[in-house]
Amino acid sequence: MLTLENAQVQQDGFQLSADFSVPEGARVAVIGPSGAGKSTLLDAIAGFQPLARGKVILAEQDVTDVPPGKRPVSILFQDNNLFPHLTAAQNVGLGLRPDLRLDAQQKDQVQQALARVGLRGMEARKPGKLSGGQQSRVALARVLVQDRPLVLLDEPFAALGPALKVEMLDLVSDLLEGSGATLLLVTHDPQDARRIARQTILVTDGRAQGPVPTQALFDNPPEALRAYLGTPRP
Amino acid sequence: MAVSAVQIRRSLPGLAVAALVAAFVVCSVGAVLWFAGGGGMPKPSDWAALRFTVMQAALSALFSVGLAIPTARALARRRFPFRGALITLLGAPFILPVIVAVLGLLAVFGRNGVLSDVLALFGLPPLSIYGLHGVLLAHVFFNLPLATRIILQGWQSIPGEQFRLAASLGMGPAQVLRFLEWPMLRAMAPGAFLAVFGLCLSSFAVVLMLGGGPKATTLELAIYQAFRFEFDLGRAATLAAIQAALVGSVVWIGLRLSTQQDLGGGLDRVVRRSDVSTWGLRIQDGAVLVLVSGFLLVPLAVIVTKGLAGLPQVPVSVWQAFQVSVLVTLSSTALGITMALTIAGACVRFRWAEVLGMMGIAASPLVLGTGLFLMINPWISPSSLTFAVTALVNAVMILPFALRIIAPALRGIESDYGRLADSLGLTGWARLRYLILPRARRAIGFAAGLSAAMAMGDLGVVALFADPTQATLPLEMYRLMGAYRMEAAFGAALILLSASLTLFWIFDQGGRGNVDA
Repeated sequence: MLTLENAQVQQDGFQLSADFSVPEGARVAVIGPSGAGKSTLLDAIAGFQPLARGKVILAEQDVTDVPPGKRPVSILFQDNNLFPHLTAAQNVGLGLRPDLRLDAQQKDQVQQALARVGLRGMEARKPGKLSGGQQSRVALARVLVQDRPLVLLDEPFAALGPALKVEMLDLVSDLLEGSGATLLLVTHDPQDARRIARQTILVTDGRAQGPVPTQALFDNPPEALRAYLGTPRP
Repeated sequence: MAVSAVQIRRSLPGLAVAALVAAFVVCSVGAVLWFAGGGGMPKPSDWAALRFTVMQAALSALFSVGLAIPTARALARRRFPFRGALITLLGAPFILPVIVAVLGLLAVFGRNGVLSDVLALFGLPPLSIYGLHGVLLAHVFFNLPLATRIILQGWQSIPGEQFRLAASLGMGPAQVLRFLEWPMLRAMAPGAFLAVFGLCLSSFAVVLMLGGGPKATTLELAIYQAFRFEFDLGRAATLAAIQAALVGSVVWIGLRLSTQQDLGGGLDRVVRRSDVSTWGLRIQDGAVLVLVSGFLLVPLAVIVTKGLAGLPQVPVSVWQAFQVSVLVTLSSTALGITMALTIAGACVRFRWAEVLGMMGIAASPLVLGTGLFLMINPWISPSSLTFAVTALVNAVMILPFALRIIAPALRGIESDYGRLADSLGLTGWARLRYLILPRARRAIGFAAGLSAAMAMGDLGVVALFADPTQATLPLEMYRLMGAYRMEAAFGAALILLSASLTLFWIFDQGGRGNVDA
């Protein structure tokens, strides 16, 4: 599904290299100390960060030089995932057509997506009139209508409380069940990884290692991860 | 982050417009310089104009900043009713037509003004406002508020904790001045001085009305006179070349010192201070504020009262000029704001585009006008293009102000929502409609209001080009004053003042519509 082939990012003296594949339909956590390059990795996959070397291959297509909006990817950032001046329905509708010229069927699709995330009847509200959790739900509804084969989540629920975050992760899980999309989830919380991702990519020292089973990784963490988690040596 | 092909493509229109503006300015100045070659060496009277230009600008800046320091200090450390209103009033000169303010000052400080009447009660001779001191008075009227706002910003940039620390160390006002306020003033005052100095270098309408004669003629006025009265294009070109070199070098220095000026707001914080609660200082601050507000408000009040009385005397030519002015102003504003928006879009990636767009400020309006005149003259009669040229030059002149307001807004939008928009494939028209226009609405409205008010009140290029049958409202008002039809002039002044304020208000309010941010 996703392959990074000898990919390398260089940015103001910072360097990140990655060389791995993620199979279709996998749910993968991306974990590592802050500043290690988790977000940079997602930026490179989404197309915000040009590669100095190597290739990004998505669904058997080389997308290394394809701009972000044209890649088969949907992404949620840490914040600013919604336009505050547009309604919930408009924000979701942008996932279908960036010029918002929706036909009746597409409008229907927006309605259904909002209903699916539990926001029936809130189509006309602007983000300012929604709670933090509801805003995340709108963003997820947009991911749903985008229906792209790869979903990137860059800690979009970090500002939510623990209970709400778990609720959102379960909702993500649930939505992906239907679409069969591949998921990459950046997190700094091992609990998130255990909850939703069977595999984990560890990013340390300017290197993103290929996905390994989450359970095994945390049961027997390598040195770099142990330092980050603060677990004592065995 | 590296600049991608998409970003370059998106910036192309903005870069093209910025290049066009720069080319327009360079061609106008170039035409002037080329023609000046035939104008010969500057004469002694030209050097006198240069000396007077620099001298009056320096004195204007000195007085404005000198008075701004106590005013800003009083505003920074006092809390009183109408404080917000007074700070708003300090922003007003930007949207006040120069010619209206000068008429107001004449009505207060002139030979037949309020102050002369009071002096006559004591058997004293009337005041004369013409000459250097009149020019200085008007320049201080316009620039004291600007300087005050810049320096007030400096005061408010001193963290409140520092004043609390000073209080806990037992410092009195003198020590606070020495350790906290003086370092800030040393950083801010030169920027304020330079800003006022630069603005006064190309002041035209003030000097046209209050200066004149061999002793009080600026370069800008001398260009106009060489044009209108001597029909000496060569001499006008020589003068314009000197003026362009002078203003250009000051702007160049200014850009290097670049103090960031905030035309918006955010000046409403008052630091509670225990060291300044003595009665002596309270009276001192109170007196400063009363005098300054009186100086700013009384001329305006006189315009309103005399204007109301004069409205019935207003000839129909004023209303015709009013219509012309509104049309010319709306064209300038539409053109200027469209250019600013396009260039600001490119500035997100390419900061230097902003410098190109600001080049209009380096050439004075009369230099641009002279250049255009020289370029047009061989082909068509310039007076047939008076209003088009006026609209064009005004658009270029308001561009720097509009850019200063819109470019930071667009940078903020791109840094907050640019990635989201990119990930959704929001490009071209859709990006403009669903991201940029709604979020930059406030900045665009404010910039458009400011631009419209400035263009409405402008008396510059139009005076150069217009034949006697053509007039904008400021020019028509100037002609009424020249014909000593003062009642009608006051009526026209009130119309012009109302039009400027209304235009500003409409655009600014338009930008404040219902936006849930």
